[in-house]
Amino acid sequence: MSEQEPVHGHGASREGDRTSVRADERRSPDEPPSPDERPSPDERTSLGDGPRSGDRAQYGVCAFLALLGALVIVDALSITPLTSSNDPIGPRSVPVLLGVALLVVAVVYGVDVARGGRGEPEAGEDVDLSTAMDWRTVLLLAGAFAANAVLIEPLGWVISGTVMFWGAAFALGNRHHVRGLMIAVVLSLVTFYVFAIGLGVNLPAGVLQGIL
Amino acid sequence: MDNLGHLLDGFVNVLSPGNLLMALLGVVAGTAVGVLPGIGPAMTVALLLPVTYGMDPTQAFILFAGIYYGGMYGGSTTSILLNTPGESSSVITSIEGNKMAKAGRAAQALATAAIGSFVAGTIATLLLVFVTPLVVTFAVGLGAPEYFAIMLLAFVAVSVTLGSSRVRGFASLLLGLVIGLIGIDGVTGRQRLTLGIPQLADGIDVVVVAVGIFAVGEALWVAAHMRRKAMPVIPVGRPWLGAEDWRRSWRPWLRGTALGFPFGALPGSGAEIPTFLSYAVEKRLARRPEEFGHGAIEGVAGPEAANNASAAGTLVPMLAIGLPTTATAAVMLAAFESYGIQPGPLLLERQPALVWTLIASLFIGNLLLLVLNLPLAPAWARLLRVPRPYLYAGILFFASMGAYAVNSQPLDLILLLLLGLLGFAMRRFGLPVLPLIVGVILGPRAELQGRRSLQLSGGDLSGLVGGPLSIAIYAVLVILLAWPLIKRFVPGRAL
Repeated sequence: MSEQEPVHGHGASREGDRTSVRADERRSPDEPPSPDERPSPDERTSLGDGPRSGDRAQYGVCAFLALLGALVIVDALSITPLTSSNDPIGPRSVPVLLGVALLVVAVVYGVDVARGGRGEPEAGEDVDLSTAMDWRTVLLLAGAFAANAVLIEPLGWVISGTVMFWGAAFALGNRHHVRGLMIAVVLSLVTFYVFAIGLGVNLPAGVLQGIL
Repeated sequence: MDNLGHLLDGFVNVLSPGNLLMALLGVVAGTAVGVLPGIGPAMTVALLLPVTYGMDPTQAFILFAGIYYGGMYGGSTTSILLNTPGESSSVITSIEGNKMAKAGRAAQALATAAIGSFVAGTIATLLLVFVTPLVVTFAVGLGAPEYFAIMLLAFVAVSVTLGSSRVRGFASLLLGLVIGLIGIDGVTGRQRLTLGIPQLADGIDVVVVAVGIFAVGEALWVAAHMRRKAMPVIPVGRPWLGAEDWRRSWRPWLRGTALGFPFGALPGSGAEIPTFLSYAVEKRLARRPEEFGHGAIEGVAGPEAANNASAAGTLVPMLAIGLPTTATAAVMLAAFESYGIQPGPLLLERQPALVWTLIASLFIGNLLLLVLNLPLAPAWARLLRVPRPYLYAGILFFASMGAYAVNSQPLDLILLLLLGLLGFAMRRFGLPVLPLIVGVILGPRAELQGRRSLQLSGGDLSGLVGGPLSIAIYAVLVILLAWPLIKRFVPGRAL
């Protein structure tokens, strides 16, 4: 089954230029850099006159899907096969099937992109797609989030949650530092008392054990 | 009328103070998340899951159902007053609704949306009362091959009908199925895709997946393209309808209900398709079609009724077969599992009190929503002015609290961030999110049913094709998959 829908590639040259510059910068853990981010030569010739200025970063998605497919297959094959009359197909068949499907989808996706197909970035109330990707804000926000993951066990939820809320609000452009900090502290304390102590949800007290 | 007797018992149960309080909390929270950008009912239910583990399941589900219905109401407020939909189900509402608001008729637009939602929600919940037991009698006869076929159909339907691109839908579905694979294989006890990390042996919790993709992904995506200047919110007074508006609204409400309920029950169509259809029908039937595009009240009344009716329709396959058709239903299905309750044909028999109390709570919730939304609309509209840094910081705050609470392990927060980055990339590249969520939740069940079918046939693939029903389902599947090819040979179709 192949991608049949005509996809708007023509009106997208302005977007395309922007994203192709970006393609080299983006290195998220989900999109490992890969040598085959470019379309293979034969793909280009066989699909000939598709618009070239499409969204090149999409090849990264294809590469990711293909790598994931390979990983799933390798992992499945490393499982000792175990079939019984109870379970004739064993634990390997489904992952192998999914891995192959991922490889197929990666190829079809690549062909679609080569033909100028592109996925519409998601719009929203607070999303202004006419602006360029703001990597600084994204990284700061991810950093605030990661800080919470690292600090939650040693320092406890009240402190790590405060750090995260304040940091996230700062990353997103909040410049009322004191007000942000006050909201963060109140929110952390209230959630701790209501959820951890009131409802028995597991939130660590950390260094404030005995004080809270 | 056995069902009505059960329903009356349900009403008696739901009228206890504890249950009423949960219904109220649910609809208030639901309306709030529906109004607020960045969060929706699916994510809210996912976040509340770990918090409600200690609660009585009936109360938890009353809360969840209230959130689901409330989200449908709240989404329309955003659509009408802000010109961008709060939820995907109210995209259509914003076309005429925002035009009405700009023409000074915001009050009427909100009123026809709220009253229409009430009418549709009430009728559709009544339909739910009568249809669910019928579907159950049908579903009792289903065996493993049929379940497997139904789930395959659900996978394909959510992947091909949503969004514009089929390959992107399938990519999303496969990502979800692979995430669902992680952990110990239930049949043989072998570890799959755990990469040697012991915490992954139990798999990645659905809460972590849903919250990561929806909440963290959305926050990161907004951070990348933050709208620096707030959009203007159209001020509004108390919603009301004049006699002329009533006259123009009531038929669209009923037609919207008739479209929304059945489509809500079908996999893959969710709330979006019936709202589109309702809009098209109203435009065709309107006495003054030229008003469409300039604030026709029918264009708000019909789609809003359709999306509420579809919410009730969604609950039919969810309760009777265990088949979710929307993201919220998928998360609710996971919630049932976490309480050790198996949705499906036996649910009504085993947990009649829970099901009928839940359904009764839907009627109560609908009434509460009408009361909450009509006089309080200006207050809800004020939520749209929450400073965005605090809003998204708060979303991340509750997201990490909910995800940590599931297993109390910091690794889940790292996974949450990774899944958030995945959600971010999916938004960037236009991959739909619903197939992934459905894949994560239904994938393991589909594998189980598939293996069970093959067990019955001793490994022969013919075991997957059970009776005539599964053959019919596979036929539908083939048509769905081959549709782009078929379309070429059907001349004169413009859709």
